[in-house]
Amino acid sequence: MKLRIAHGRLIDPANHIDRIADVFIADGLIAAIGDAPADFTVEREIDATGLIVAPGLVDLCARLREPGNEYRATLESEMHAAMAGGVTSLAIPPDTDPPLDEPGLVEMLCHRAKKLNRAHIYPVGALTVGLRGERLSEMAELTAAGCVAFSQASRPITNNAVLLRTLQYASTFGFRVWCQPGDPYLTRDGVAHDGEVAAHLGLPPIAAAAETIALYTILQLAEHTGARLHIAHLSCASSLPLIREARARGMDVTCDIDIHHLHLDESDIGYFDTHCHLAPPLRARADRDALRAALAAGEIDALCSNHAPVNDEAKALPFNESEAGAIGLELLLPLALKWAREDSIALPEALARITLAPARILDSQRAGHLSVGTRADLCIFDAEGHTPVTRETLTSNGKNTPFLGQTLPGKVRYTIVEGQIMYASDA
Amino acid sequence: MSTPHHPQLDRDGRLQHLLTLEGLPREILTSILDNAAPFLAVAEREIKKVPLLRGKSIFNLFFENSTRTRTTFEIAAKRLSADIVNLNISTSSTAKGESLLDTIDNLCAMHADMFVVRHASSGAPFLIARHLANIGRNDIHIVNAGDGRHAHPTQGLLDMYTIRHYKGGFEHLRVAIVGDILHSRVARSQIAALTTLGVPEIRVIGPGTLLPHDCARLGVRVYHDIREGLRDVDVVMMLRLQNERMNGALLPTPQEFFKVWGLTAEKLALAKPDAIVMHPGPLNRGVEIDSAVADSPQAVILPQVTFGIAVRMAVMSMLAA
Amino acid sequence: MNTPAAPELPATLDAARLSQELAAQIRPRLRPNTHLVGLYTGGVWLAETLAEQLGLGAPGVLDISFYRDDLNERGLALAPKPSAPGIDINDAHIILVDDILQTGRTIRAALNVLFDYGRPACVELAVLVDRGERQLPIAAQYCALTLSSPLPEHQRLKLERGAAGELQLRLER
Repeated sequence: MKLRIAHGRLIDPANHIDRIADVFIADGLIAAIGDAPADFTVEREIDATGLIVAPGLVDLCARLREPGNEYRATLESEMHAAMAGGVTSLAIPPDTDPPLDEPGLVEMLCHRAKKLNRAHIYPVGALTVGLRGERLSEMAELTAAGCVAFSQASRPITNNAVLLRTLQYASTFGFRVWCQPGDPYLTRDGVAHDGEVAAHLGLPPIAAAAETIALYTILQLAEHTGARLHIAHLSCASSLPLIREARARGMDVTCDIDIHHLHLDESDIGYFDTHCHLAPPLRARADRDALRAALAAGEIDALCSNHAPVNDEAKALPFNESEAGAIGLELLLPLALKWAREDSIALPEALARITLAPARILDSQRAGHLSVGTRADLCIFDAEGHTPVTRETLTSNGKNTPFLGQTLPGKVRYTIVEGQIMYASDA
Repeated sequence: MSTPHHPQLDRDGRLQHLLTLEGLPREILTSILDNAAPFLAVAEREIKKVPLLRGKSIFNLFFENSTRTRTTFEIAAKRLSADIVNLNISTSSTAKGESLLDTIDNLCAMHADMFVVRHASSGAPFLIARHLANIGRNDIHIVNAGDGRHAHPTQGLLDMYTIRHYKGGFEHLRVAIVGDILHSRVARSQIAALTTLGVPEIRVIGPGTLLPHDCARLGVRVYHDIREGLRDVDVVMMLRLQNERMNGALLPTPQEFFKVWGLTAEKLALAKPDAIVMHPGPLNRGVEIDSAVADSPQAVILPQVTFGIAVRMAVMSMLAA
Repeated sequence: MNTPAAPELPATLDAARLSQELAAQIRPRLRPNTHLVGLYTGGVWLAETLAEQLGLGAPGVLDISFYRDDLNERGLALAPKPSAPGIDINDAHIILVDDILQTGRTIRAALNVLFDYGRPACVELAVLVDRGERQLPIAAQYCALTLSSPLPEHQRLKLERGAAGELQLRLER
């Protein structure tokens, strides 16, 4: 199908484009920007007047709950959620059941995703077998099966000798290792930031040091091995200098934060709101503010959803017994826009954090930009529109979000994957 | 996000549940103490029962065992002529598959009027309160009988009653809380109530392993040296040291704890001569308190128990009304 | 609200004269074991005045808050007072004292309170004003003033005590 997206404000951070321009799509690829190619006959036209035409969003962390947790969500339900959120590429962490530690599993996942024909998936393989932190996984085989990087998801390796070897092995191939830093002993049993709120509510605490100690260890070992690193879901201000210093020493290290830590802090727990039971925990206001500033400055590369559908029953429990996590695929764009609005961030800058930057972390040439000849994945949205967050309006199977009941800025109008309109909504 | 409406107050600001003393307006706190006095007189009669809650069904939901606390609520309910049913729901029954809220739904169907809830997890009574609101059962009231490390509001109230009884008020007092503050729901409720009632100086005394990080955020002064901390205080509130904290991880030995932080006559002598000594019970003699102190005239530990029944009667009456 | 009160009732009544009248009724029927018990709040003031006039010991006091039959509608009274009959009431001649007798429900509750303290030989009732409108089979043995016709529903008779201890009966229209 030959598609023309007419009169929209085209924002493509990768190519430094921010102007009203038409986009021409043919055979699933971007055919031209601005003027139609010579032999182009428009078969379908989207009038994007007043709308923003951006690269499809790239989410660095979205749990689709397959395999193993289909009662929470399915590939199909969460792919729909991705489309509703304008997310056309997403990385899947390995904490499925069983974990993504076998090439067969990864192939099956990729196959299922391809059949659904919606967002492109980027599986992140398990760094160790069963995520148990003991034996190395078959990283080369897993890469051949489709894995783009390796991680332990939120289950840190207890034994630093094992961590060292995983980094050494991954660096052999130049694979990027993703780490969510958390000292296993200091985080065990904890459910909330070791601050005012945990002290008042009597919740088992997790000190900020749990993150910084683990981060320091990871950085030291990565520097020693020359491994490429991505630090996932930072939560503490005190982690930022460590990242800064590592980069100053020339290390290849990227990092992200999730939408919750961009907007919320420990006080949002209120009276034991389990929707705010997250991993890592919501930290102090000062941490949140520092993370926001670092994201604006580009010290934090990317913003992700850290999407984790949790069934109602697992949230309808006392806070420390409830399961951590919140959904976010459909909130990634609205919360990025909210941040841009609140902190006066230019729209192309904000969009870069959820398109170009995460695509680079994934080492993907095909996602996150709208260069002529690349895959035509687009998100067309109304920046002045609104996204109400209710159980009824959320597409994800999970309804677990602290933003339930709020109305967020921005509204996805079209999601296009390889030139196909996969999602369209009214104003 | 704005602070949500406090779940223990109804729309008119009256007490719907008693979940915590934190954020409870001073007038309500004081009125509970005022209402407890006449119930104390009831207990002194030969017939220790009044028909106030005749026909009401109260369920003691103890997800965590505590014979003593359960009994005090049972006595309070019976003296109010309510029908009280004891349910010991150990965690094993939750493991059998029924969730906490399923249990609650079942009891709602049995026309409960009040739940007295004890749970090992902080915030469990809040979860139940939110659930009752969601299913439109605003006619059912909850009394938090201790949730995790969070709150034990009736214990806090009986402690305030005791202090007012012996000291006549709060605004001139120096109060010390000694022991395991970190894991103590009692301490949190005491600190909240003492603060609301205007105690100008609250001290907490204990080792670093048993004090919350950044304890000063709770509005208290931290002392590690008990001799320094007890100097010139009017009230000494001892906390119970749980067995599982004594050996190794948080404290080397109970002996060392007693030596450094145990309340002895010699240490108590540093407090004001008329200082009272309180303890929520059960006592660990020779661990947090010396027998000589526990049995001394300065100890008001047994009156605390007596006041506790009256305070619980007052709370139940005010909620059921 | 300009419905007139019963014609014989002025805005304030001389409570001192009425209590003397009440004392005069009780005096001839005093026994050695007679004990006055006032009901909070007006009944307690009245009982204190009567005890003085009759040369009796300090009266007992009863609070009926815990025995009310309308807890669900009205809630627990703010700060109920402790009850204290004052003596061992077993085999005593008790005169319950209240300011106003109307439905009889307060007296019903008071009898229940009293019997939780023991078994009196007999119980009588003394009130300053009987405004009628009884809902229970209860009668006062001693009464200083009986209204011949019911007051309009919104009107309340209230006993008040001044700074010097003088009693005054006021009609709130």
